[in-house]
Amino acid sequence: MSTVSEPSSHAPGRGKTVGLFVTCLVDMFRPSVGFAAVKLLEDAGCRVVVPDVQTCCGQPAYNSGDRGDARAVARQVIAAFEGFDHVVVPSGSCGGMIAHHFPGLFDDDRPMRQRAEALAARTHELMSFLVDVLGVRRVAARCDATVTYHDSCSGLRELGIKAQPRTLLAGVAGLKLAEMTNPEVCCGFGGTFCVKYPDISNAMLIDKTADIAGTGADTLLAGDLGCLMNMAGKLQREGKAVRVRHAAEVLAGMGDLPAIGEPERTEAPVSDRARPRAHRRTSAGS
Amino acid sequence: MQSTAHAFKANVGHALVDDNLQQSLAILKVGFSERRRQAAERLPEFEALRDRARDIKNHALAHLDFYLEAFEAKVTALGGHVHWAPTAADARAAVLDICRRAGARTVTKSKSMIAEEIALNDHLEAHGIEPVETDLGEYIIQLRREPPSHIIAPAVHLTKDQVADTFLEHHRKLGFDKRLTERNDLVAEARQVLRRRFLEADVGITGANFLVAETGSSMLVTNEGNADLTNTLPRVHVVIASIEKVIPTLEDAATLLRVLARSATGQESASYTTFNTGPRRPDDPDGPAEYHVVLLDNGRSSVLGTQMQDMLRCIRCGACMNHCPVYGAIGGHAYGWVYPGPIGAVLTPQLVGVEEAGNLPNASTFCGRCESVCPVRIPLPKLMRHWREREFERHLTPASVRQGLALWAFLARRPQLYRRATGIANRMLALFGRADGRYGWLPLARGWTRHRDFPAPQAGGTFHAQWKARGGARR
Repeated sequence: MSTVSEPSSHAPGRGKTVGLFVTCLVDMFRPSVGFAAVKLLEDAGCRVVVPDVQTCCGQPAYNSGDRGDARAVARQVIAAFEGFDHVVVPSGSCGGMIAHHFPGLFDDDRPMRQRAEALAARTHELMSFLVDVLGVRRVAARCDATVTYHDSCSGLRELGIKAQPRTLLAGVAGLKLAEMTNPEVCCGFGGTFCVKYPDISNAMLIDKTADIAGTGADTLLAGDLGCLMNMAGKLQREGKAVRVRHAAEVLAGMGDLPAIGEPERTEAPVSDRARPRAHRRTSAGS
Repeated sequence: MQSTAHAFKANVGHALVDDNLQQSLAILKVGFSERRRQAAERLPEFEALRDRARDIKNHALAHLDFYLEAFEAKVTALGGHVHWAPTAADARAAVLDICRRAGARTVTKSKSMIAEEIALNDHLEAHGIEPVETDLGEYIIQLRREPPSHIIAPAVHLTKDQVADTFLEHHRKLGFDKRLTERNDLVAEARQVLRRRFLEADVGITGANFLVAETGSSMLVTNEGNADLTNTLPRVHVVIASIEKVIPTLEDAATLLRVLARSATGQESASYTTFNTGPRRPDDPDGPAEYHVVLLDNGRSSVLGTQMQDMLRCIRCGACMNHCPVYGAIGGHAYGWVYPGPIGAVLTPQLVGVEEAGNLPNASTFCGRCESVCPVRIPLPKLMRHWREREFERHLTPASVRQGLALWAFLARRPQLYRRATGIANRMLALFGRADGRYGWLPLARGWTRHRDFPAPQAGGTFHAQWKARGGARR
């Protein structure tokens, strides 16, 4: 698996400045997904900025009924990200939180609601941004694997992400797609759900890993790290030899990194694999 | 019926190890959703019809008082009687009163979720009147003294073998002493037993899918025809329905019927669709001499005009539970009361209290599959989230969850502190997990590691730490 150099004759994102919302899980557990997103966006011609004040999108509070803290975190995200042409998130769940749920948090605060709506309109999940907004159809990557793709719930049902990852994956050299019987059924993650109701979550997860194993695929991909960690943890516990990665990693030619839950093979930090280019070392000036 | 929703987690524990239940659920999970998908695909205007169905119900709810009074006026003009029941106790009393006046000893019933909600059978039995369920599924669970586990398929939790054993046990005294194994033979035996009960009943009690204000009709769909024998053979017919069942016109009923059967069973139309419009008229060949409609509120009117009003659009098709992965894992009984699945998770806290049923709206991943198939587009995840908000406001959320959230929120609102905390956690988890790449056990994460490994972070620090070290663009 390796990256082929991208012909930059057409760069649909040229002139666009994108704010990358890294997500708390990618920041903490899988930075390579963030660097993959940076690479994909830069390859498409975008200038990528990562605001320093971001932490989380607020879902833990929002989905636990804690509207006050959800609003406080949302205000922080809105303030940090409203200056960009687009905001891109390598997660349908966190992307859905900003693009679908933020405005409703400010029903009683008209100015904030307008700012939330403006941000929501410019916020996209990574793969849908590449395909739907920039019109990217093909990325220059190679990955010799048979993969199956899990449609994470929020991305699928809140943001309509279904064809976009498959469009991009179809262009990856060496990659074969083997669909599950029910790729759209929840994996049982659900944020805090999986620890509040571990036994129900487990029953859902067992159905999912059986479906994954039934495809014969050697690699499982999805666009949300929470779901991926959940499924990876179960596949490993069950001793099923399926490697689990974020789809962005494969699309960015980083499909040879240790998979989720696999031991590191090298001491080199993952950022070396997608070293920021010189022009990004200069100040963003915004 | 008595709620066990407070014991949800224990109920779940039993459900997950019940082999018969799991065997039945495995069939349900595939069958219903596939049939609904095919039915929707065959009808190009299905999505537009869902919008129309939502709008019809919204209009009816916005003018509920008007349409209920119009319905009452029509029923009265036809010679029928409307009984307003603010509470479950009022509804039970109204039905019992009608049965007593009719001198009833046995009553036949076709399937009614409202009868379950008000625990009508227990009440009638306690007063010496024998209720006989005539829907096959309801009949089976009545013999077994079980509540329904699904709103359109009440015995869906049972296997054929369990039904065979139940029939042998209860029908032996009636002369049926052979244990049957074929589906059709079981149905035929139930039909023979029930035929006599239909003929001897003094009162017939049915539910209603819709009440049509324009004509004063109550409308009912079944696949077995049992409701038609229930509402025509006895001298007295009682319809029990909740107030949100009323819709303006027959045209509206026709629209709703088009989405109802397709969403429920994948049929274009149920086998029987019956409109009951008043008692028998002089020229009618058959029909009941008395026609009563008991209208139950039971807390529904207090939902009108609130952010929870959307739940009243429900037309009880069962599509939400047929597509719910949580229902598919645990079945209907675990929910602990009358209405299971996503709509149960929204209705039950309203009807029995959020203190009793708080687990139900929490036991969801918000996967949204229920909302995506609801024929009247009820935003079920949003309504479940509203319940969680009410719990949080009233300090019903468990203390451990509140404390965890408070710590998380404290950090999430302070990015610099958050970076330091996540940096430390990242390094610790990466360091100790480096050899295996994952954890088989982690303190404070046992809910996770009981069933699955916990992936260790990649080495090299958090994304933000690495980004900063490399001088990436930021502001």
